[in-house]
Amino acid sequence: MSDLRELYQEVILDHNRRPRNFRAIESANRHAEGYNPLCGDRLSLYLKVEDGVIKDASFQGSGCAISKASASMMTDSVKGKTLSETRDMFEQFHQMVTGNADPLANPERLGKLAVFEGVRNYPARVKCASLAWHTLRSAVDAKDEVVSTEAE
Amino acid sequence: MTSIASIAAPSQIGFNVRRLREDFPILRQTVHGKPLVYLDNAATTQKPRAVLDALMAYYSEDNANVHRGVHLLSERATQAFEDARATVQRFINAASTREVVFTRNATEGINLVAQTFGRTRLGPGDEVVISAMEHHSNIVPWQMVCREKGASLRVIPITDEGALQLEEYERLLGPHTRLVSIVHLSNALGTINPVQQMIATAHRRGVPVLIDGSQAAHHMTVDVQALDADFYVFTGHKLYGPTGIGVLYGKERLLEEMPPYQGGGDMISSVTFEKTTYNALPYKFEAGTPNIAGAVGLAAAVDYVTAIGMDRITAHERELLAYGTAGLSGVPGLTLIGTAPEKAGVLSFVMDGVHPHDIGTVVDQEGVAIRTGHHCAQPLMQRLGIPATARASLALYTTREEIDALVAALYKVRELFT
Repeated sequence: MSDLRELYQEVILDHNRRPRNFRAIESANRHAEGYNPLCGDRLSLYLKVEDGVIKDASFQGSGCAISKASASMMTDSVKGKTLSETRDMFEQFHQMVTGNADPLANPERLGKLAVFEGVRNYPARVKCASLAWHTLRSAVDAKDEVVSTEAE
Repeated sequence: MTSIASIAAPSQIGFNVRRLREDFPILRQTVHGKPLVYLDNAATTQKPRAVLDALMAYYSEDNANVHRGVHLLSERATQAFEDARATVQRFINAASTREVVFTRNATEGINLVAQTFGRTRLGPGDEVVISAMEHHSNIVPWQMVCREKGASLRVIPITDEGALQLEEYERLLGPHTRLVSIVHLSNALGTINPVQQMIATAHRRGVPVLIDGSQAAHHMTVDVQALDADFYVFTGHKLYGPTGIGVLYGKERLLEEMPPYQGGGDMISSVTFEKTTYNALPYKFEAGTPNIAGAVGLAAAVDYVTAIGMDRITAHERELLAYGTAGLSGVPGLTLIGTAPEKAGVLSFVMDGVHPHDIGTVVDQEGVAIRTGHHCAQPLMQRLGIPATARASLALYTTREEIDALVAALYKVRELFT
């Protein structure tokens, strides 16, 4: 099970069991839907943005442990960040899970999100980890459309 | 785990699964340091040495284009291709080789019928009857032609156990029904539909029926004349044959009336810039150079399962299905999806609090290959109210020990996620 623990780290299992920010935001002014056609998973993301800063973030939907934990930790980590900072985080996260960047090179940039590094060894699961982030980018860019993991 | 031992019974007499496994080179490997337990047979089956040898021999000794050359290799290739057609004809008991059209796969067979039979028979207000458990390949081709022709789809509902509601089926058949197209054996549930009875019901109203036999052809004997199917499609790669080769069976009378599907070489008897005369059956539907090696490989696969005996394969898999059903039912928090009385080959399930993708990743680390997801049957998943299932599917080479390995791996899933 040692290999699996690299993917399913305790913090990921914890966020899967007790997802944070798992709710709708009544006063949200940004909203996006994420969809992974490969598994049918759907995710609704809500943001409350004021003066270019994310004041609150939440999500709802169904998904695997990786996608739920990713959405849970992402919504935690973007609160208080500016929109341009979250775009940067998206890039960092995406590069980490696709294996194009070493998170240890810049450990401070992703912080706790570095627990998703193990995903890079499971190519079939990369989209599970990145669905929430694709949806976030869509909400940040205020695109009024369902974002799909198959779009790129 | 005691429930598994209690139903243990001697294997089928004369069916030596251990010896048969030696025919499949790919099964000898380990994955993640564990012996490969391949339980994704509803997606594709592995290939016996006889099929691999047939492909190698064809390309090593006989390769040429078919139906054209006068040279010896072309004659041999043509002979091998047409022998393969005759092998398939006997396998499904078609009345004639003119009724056996080679396609790429079952999907192409359905698209062929939709784009030829469908386009000429359907008009505004007409209806095509399918079921709630269809694979996308038996939904989308009909949606496409229905949209073009102003026709509509009617869907036979299913019970919570995953059986078709036959009284609803009878009600759906009406004066506007032009075709019924249903799956023989559901890839997501394992349900065997009573297609013979359903065909008879449709025929009493003068409605022809297409049967999608993708999952049936490797689990049970298929006799298209006994079924009285008007069209029957299946694919080679689920029947221990190569990918890229499939079969459309069609009654000669219907195939004759249908326009060609694709234009090109081989499907014509004469061409001028003013007018083309189409070739005879089945070549009218086989434009371009066909998958000759694929047909040869499929015939080798058919010969292989025929030599073992389809009835014995069916019996072996039935026993394994009962064993697997008992084993999986004992796993805490596991619910089987698809518990119709008539089933074969498929164990679909969900686990409390664990998404199927996580199940798939964890059991893969134990060497167990299963499929997770919507199984190309999203409307079915919506009907069942679940996003996805995990699915273990059986083949002639599946053993009880492999089912045990799956069950043991599922206990690890529980351990990790609870």
